[in-house]
Amino acid sequence: MNEIIDILISASFWAAVIRIASPLILATMGELICERAGVLNLGIEGIMVIGAFTGWMAVYQGMPLWGGVAVAMGAGMLFGLLHSTLTVPFGLSQHVVGLGVTLFATASASFAYRLMLPEVTSPPKIEPFQPLDIPLLSDLPWLGEAIFSQTALTWAAFAVAGIVAFTLYRTPLGLAVRAVGENPAAVEAQGLSVTGLRMGAVIMGSGLMAVGGAFLTLSAFSSFFFEMVNGRGWICIALVVFGAWKPGKAVLGAILFAAFDALQIRLQQTELGAVLPYQLFLALPFILSILALILMSRRAEVPASLMVPYNKGER
Amino acid sequence: MTLGKEEAEVVLRLDRISKRFGALKANNAVSLTLRRGEVVALLGENGAGKTTLMNILFGHYVADEGVVEVFGQPLPPGNPRAALSAGVGMVHQHFTLAGNLTVLDNIRLGTEGLWSPSVSGARAKVEQLSRDFGLAVHPDAKVGRLSVGERQRVEILKALYRNARILILDEPTAVLTPQEAEALFATLRKATALGLSVIFISHKLHEVMAIADRCVVLRHGRVVGEVDTHATDRGALAALMVGGELSLPRAEARAPGAVLMKLDRVSTPDRGAAPGLKAVTLDLRAGQITGLAGVSGNGQAALAEILGGLSVPSSGQIVLGDHPVAGWSPGEALARGVARIPEDRHHQGSIADFDLTENAVLEGYRTRFSHRGWMNWRAAREFAEGIIKGYDVRCPGPETRIRLLSGGNMQKLILGRAMAPGPRVILANQPVRGLDVGAIAYVQSQLIAARDRGATVLLISEDLDEIMGLSDVIHVMSQGRLSPAFARGTMTAAELGLWMAGQRFGEADAA
Repeated sequence: MNEIIDILISASFWAAVIRIASPLILATMGELICERAGVLNLGIEGIMVIGAFTGWMAVYQGMPLWGGVAVAMGAGMLFGLLHSTLTVPFGLSQHVVGLGVTLFATASASFAYRLMLPEVTSPPKIEPFQPLDIPLLSDLPWLGEAIFSQTALTWAAFAVAGIVAFTLYRTPLGLAVRAVGENPAAVEAQGLSVTGLRMGAVIMGSGLMAVGGAFLTLSAFSSFFFEMVNGRGWICIALVVFGAWKPGKAVLGAILFAAFDALQIRLQQTELGAVLPYQLFLALPFILSILALILMSRRAEVPASLMVPYNKGER
Repeated sequence: MTLGKEEAEVVLRLDRISKRFGALKANNAVSLTLRRGEVVALLGENGAGKTTLMNILFGHYVADEGVVEVFGQPLPPGNPRAALSAGVGMVHQHFTLAGNLTVLDNIRLGTEGLWSPSVSGARAKVEQLSRDFGLAVHPDAKVGRLSVGERQRVEILKALYRNARILILDEPTAVLTPQEAEALFATLRKATALGLSVIFISHKLHEVMAIADRCVVLRHGRVVGEVDTHATDRGALAALMVGGELSLPRAEARAPGAVLMKLDRVSTPDRGAAPGLKAVTLDLRAGQITGLAGVSGNGQAALAEILGGLSVPSSGQIVLGDHPVAGWSPGEALARGVARIPEDRHHQGSIADFDLTENAVLEGYRTRFSHRGWMNWRAAREFAEGIIKGYDVRCPGPETRIRLLSGGNMQKLILGRAMAPGPRVILANQPVRGLDVGAIAYVQSQLIAARDRGATVLLISEDLDEIMGLSDVIHVMSQGRLSPAFARGTMTAAELGLWMAGQRFGEADAA
């Protein structure tokens, strides 16, 4: 017990929590935008892989770090365009298309990797984002290490969450997005384009997912591995449900999941870790997430037209 | 009111509109003019082309031929946005509201540029409009929690907020109690006094007579008559609508028999916004049609599920004949002589891509049409052919997929299927909704015939005319509670309306 408390009060633990939460926040915001507009985007896992790969490759080829972020975002938006073209105007099954996009995106990344680096045995490293030194704040005792020594991309992740929340609830655009996921006929009757809004939301959301993936290669690690996304996309889909389709709650969910994850790594190094198999620790965040999901999502208001394709003129 | 109407400005002109869906001519050279401050009723049966015409006007459909002119300007086809900005506001039959948004947000939706910041003053304008037009509704309430009547007010406010000068209401009273309908009429009178014009789509004649200045009657996509309402009467309008004298069956009074089925203080849990049953006690007697009136969503679905065996009561008991039933299930209900005509013939009553034979034996394929686990298709097909002949189901043959049948013919097949085993209890949930007058008369006469054979019929309907015309006893359901039984002819529609609105229940409790 004492060991857990020691872990929880250490500044490095909280720094890790925020670092682990950042890519989840970015991708969760992406998924949340899609789902608010009524489209379930199961392409998220693959789009994160594409983001991780293209961002890293761009930087490896000599682009600046922010250039890598932009390239990742663009690649994600391309896959978003593919996904939304199939699901919105064509009205195909969002499950099938989403899984297809994930497989296609993952395979494309591995194909491109082999094509561009045919003779490399271990993936080359890049120089990733470094923690920003904020005058005064970074020098604070405890807080400085726990919160104010993060990379620019982490700050960007939290800023994105704020922007998404503001847009959804404070602008006419957000109003239209929320309405199109609830009752597209209402949007149509007001003279707005259901297709335009839904495709726009999926493309934008996919861009954010890819940046979430790029966080892994450009900020968290300095290289690209095929397995590095490792189910984070699926976690983000759960986080959207956990957050009841609300950005603020989804960010809290991401932080909670990240805390479980950071905790289990540290627990493995305690005496407990010597007794219990390490797989149990790896499973811990997922088990706790499922429990939290059951508790939190009961009274959530699901967007009423989520996963329902809209065909003009049909009742 | 009618004085000087001829000189009033023409605000809307539909000129020779035609629209074809496959082989069906939904609109055939329909012309219509609407003047300032006028209410024009668009009258016609289901499928006469009313809704198609209005969807063309509003830009949801593109007409094959013809012109729409608003305030003298032709409207570009297929563009709801243009119709909106020209001052046409439409209140759809199926509301186009987003339940997760507030009233204010629903009204603002689409009125501001997507990329510009929100406009202030929207709230003040909405409050002003709801005062001016008598449309009481709270701007910050979530639409998903509002009653149907309130949602309709939001729809009207939405149109007014966009400065609509022409309001189109598609069957606006279908979902309202008589009192709510009266309030709607008051709003419409205020609107026309302020110079707005209204197109009122309906097939309820008494409402048309009450609110409209002029009446345009459509039949099979054509205008078959245009009359001033003060110069006509209901009979003449009805004859125009159906193209002949209208005669719906009316059941004559009969002495009631023994109780065949009884619900004794049956309750069920609420399901989300849908109320469950609250200690409902109901006697269904042989040789009697029991009418159940009420606005839909007040527990009728729960009651129908209990009677049909789809759910079991959480308290109270069901008595069939003399004995309380145990192990209540749809199969048990069928075996004990309960027949169902489900509310939704497309989803609950039939399987769209099955053929008529398969649909005809859905309720009996395990008992009557199979032997040791093998289907007896010959018997099934003969059974289906018997229904097709006996109930006048118009179709190419028993191998037709049921999806291809019209609503009336589909309902006749379901009716035949329900009646075939000679049921003792018949549960008819909205049996004539959406049918044309010919099919309505047929279905209703079959229900009366079943009653005369000694069965008991529970007729659930939202249409008070239907309830009052057929029922020997009437109950009203509101918020899951059941009113006492009212004998035929003892209640007026207005009095039933007060029960429907739940008002009389409170008074009964207080007394």
